[in-house]
Amino acid sequence: MNFFIAAVRRELILALRRRSDIVNPLAFFLMVAVMFPLAVSPEPKFLAQVAPGVIWVAALLACLLSADGIFRSDFDDGSLEQILVSPQPLVLVVLAKVLSHWIISGFCLALMSPLLAMMLFLPSEGLGALILSLLLGTPTLSLLGAIGAGLTVGLRKGGILISLLILPLYIPVLIFGAGTVQAGAMGLPIAGYLALLGALLVLSMMLAPFAIAAALKISVRG
Amino acid sequence: MLEVKNLFCERDERVLFSHLSFSINSGEVVQIEGQNGSGKTTLLRILCGLSEAYEGELFWQKKGMAEVLDDYFRQMLYVGHLAGVKSSLTAEENLAWMQQLDPALNKVNIAEALKSVGLYGFEDVPCYTLSAGQQRRVGLARLYLSTAPLWILDEPFTALDKQGVAEKEALLAQHVLKGGSVILTTHHDLNVPGHKVRHINLDEVAHS
Repeated sequence: MNFFIAAVRRELILALRRRSDIVNPLAFFLMVAVMFPLAVSPEPKFLAQVAPGVIWVAALLACLLSADGIFRSDFDDGSLEQILVSPQPLVLVVLAKVLSHWIISGFCLALMSPLLAMMLFLPSEGLGALILSLLLGTPTLSLLGAIGAGLTVGLRKGGILISLLILPLYIPVLIFGAGTVQAGAMGLPIAGYLALLGALLVLSMMLAPFAIAAALKISVRG
Repeated sequence: MLEVKNLFCERDERVLFSHLSFSINSGEVVQIEGQNGSGKTTLLRILCGLSEAYEGELFWQKKGMAEVLDDYFRQMLYVGHLAGVKSSLTAEENLAWMQQLDPALNKVNIAEALKSVGLYGFEDVPCYTLSAGQQRRVGLARLYLSTAPLWILDEPFTALDKQGVAEKEALLAQHVLKGGSVILTTHHDLNVPGHKVRHINLDEVAHS
């Protein structure tokens, strides 16, 4: 447990020293909300209708944007090799990395989402649904993204490949995530949607760390 | 300690080494030699479990490597040609993380290890402000911390100055004297005080 905490701490310190890692996904998220009404229509009624989908797509792409870097720097400077030859279980390191990736991407996106909701005229009834769905959905995105990052970290240019690998897996999260917000905005019960998002999270939390660890071993030993 | 039997490795349809067998006993320094691209790094990566692109058998303390891998990782220290030093962390933070990864790095405390590698006063500056040689020293500070009996070092002296190399050679001698053993590659003329270095030349075993 101490080791896990130390690993999360190291990741967060590293992220804080490279601010762009934190700012990039958030700036992207915000820019979509700024550009979208300019490009399509500033009509509040129209925006309120598309807001759940737009916010969720923006959050998903922001997560994907930062997923590529989860293992990149550790691979480049040899830290990953050291992790692999250490007696500590790789799965723990992987979980720590995914958790800190979620804190700097998904969690911050969820905190920022009320601002976007206001900019896109999302009805206030949908606000709780938006935050809850992002909090439950984005950890799954981080876990799945890390599988792709692990598989492509050994390649010189994995950026496009990771999108191809991961986007299909993101789709269920997107459907249920945006669905939650849509239902919430219309004042319908959202418990069912949230339960599905939770189930996706539990499933990926159980399986993804092992897949990520295996992917990293393949990438380094390949 | 470590035994290699009938190792075969090819890369891009070129045989790097075949029928390579040797063993390393405690108290020995083994230098792997060969020209660039002869497979020195590949061999070291195989020995420390970072590569599976080989045929043949590896034994640690007379047991098959796969059975005792956890135990092996605890008793082996690997310093690759990438040092595993994070440039945005300070020297102290880097070593603290290495200690978390490998609890066997507890011979002395971090401050003392940094003093031994000549980085006294540089503990709390981010590593990207250090020179290449100083960054290398941060990675090598692990050697002063390590209680592991087997050291596998890939080009450990790159970017070090003459005095730094001499200090590391003295450290290797001390380690070997205590019954440890070292496998390393280097293009530097290795001179471990008081010990004979065994050479394994990969150019010679390539097609034998």
